[in-house]
Amino acid sequence: MWLLAFQMVGELISRGLDLPVPGPVIGMLLLFLVLLWRRPPESAGVLRVSEAMLRHLQLLFVPAAVGVVTYLTVLREHALPIAGGLVLSWLAGLITVAALVTLLTRRPKAAS
Amino acid sequence: MSEIHELLRTSPLAGVLLTLVGYRIGCEVKRLSGGHPLAQPVLIAVLIIGPLLWALDVDYDEYLTGASVIAFFLGPATVALAVPLYRQAAHLRSLLVPMLVAIPIGTVVAVVTGMGLVRALGGDRDLQLTMAPKSATTPIAIGITEQIGGIPALVAVFTIVAGILGAVLAPTVLNLLRIRDRRARGLAMGVVSHGVGTSRSLNDHPVEGAFAGLAMGLTALVTSLVVPIVVHLL
Repeated sequence: MWLLAFQMVGELISRGLDLPVPGPVIGMLLLFLVLLWRRPPESAGVLRVSEAMLRHLQLLFVPAAVGVVTYLTVLREHALPIAGGLVLSWLAGLITVAALVTLLTRRPKAAS
Repeated sequence: MSEIHELLRTSPLAGVLLTLVGYRIGCEVKRLSGGHPLAQPVLIAVLIIGPLLWALDVDYDEYLTGASVIAFFLGPATVALAVPLYRQAAHLRSLLVPMLVAIPIGTVVAVVTGMGLVRALGGDRDLQLTMAPKSATTPIAIGITEQIGGIPALVAVFTIVAGILGAVLAPTVLNLLRIRDRRARGLAMGVVSHGVGTSRSLNDHPVEGAFAGLAMGLTALVTSLVVPIVVHLL
């Protein structure tokens, strides 16, 4: 219930202020702040429900992923730019972030 | 026989059940394969459900009447990512600066290379625009595409494929690069492979999962700001 409430509030803030950030993401940040503030016990419902839900996060993506099948013809027609653009830029982003974070977390230690 | 067929096509129950069964089989395959990286439940579920819909002559839209019930829970699940983040709150402060540098730069790299490569390989403008927001989580990517032009239905496909790539390949790539810091691994995953990648990270290690979730949220934010600017420039 709390998860839905926070999503709702996030949705309202997102729409109300016309932000480009989606409601659930705002809801996530709000819940995070509230958790830091209230420090709920381990037995709290929000913690247990959230972790149970996240264990099956992949399930929630199945309906959208099945949609890939309906676009197979478009994908085949433009196979090269799509596959190339998708895979290589995915790789570039992954490496950039991993390398930057590793670099930036190492430096303070080396300095001290 | 045709009555049964009718029920399969129109009942929301069929879509929900089919999705759950596909996912369940995916989980079993993953367990039996000893957690092989290719055995991602979402990938296996698609490989089962896709051909089945085709064989039963059920449209994707008809399937969605039921399956959207499941997709609805993506919203609350995104909110739930606050919990792993909360558990890693102690790590968070030390990583604030690297994060605020790496996530925007990584996002820009993903957007620019995505558009540039599609162009270099002969894709038209529509396809370039559609590729731009693929790192953001699906609903946001669709929103961005509606704003800048491109094909909203196709962006969902690109986004999901980017996510599945992450779930299947990212840990292997990161191992090859000898990136062992759990926080760096999680952040990198969250930036390029949003929720689907995050689910793999959560399975691998709680710290990776928490940072992947955080990076996913921030990337969504940064992508929606960066894409219109890049599109304007390119």
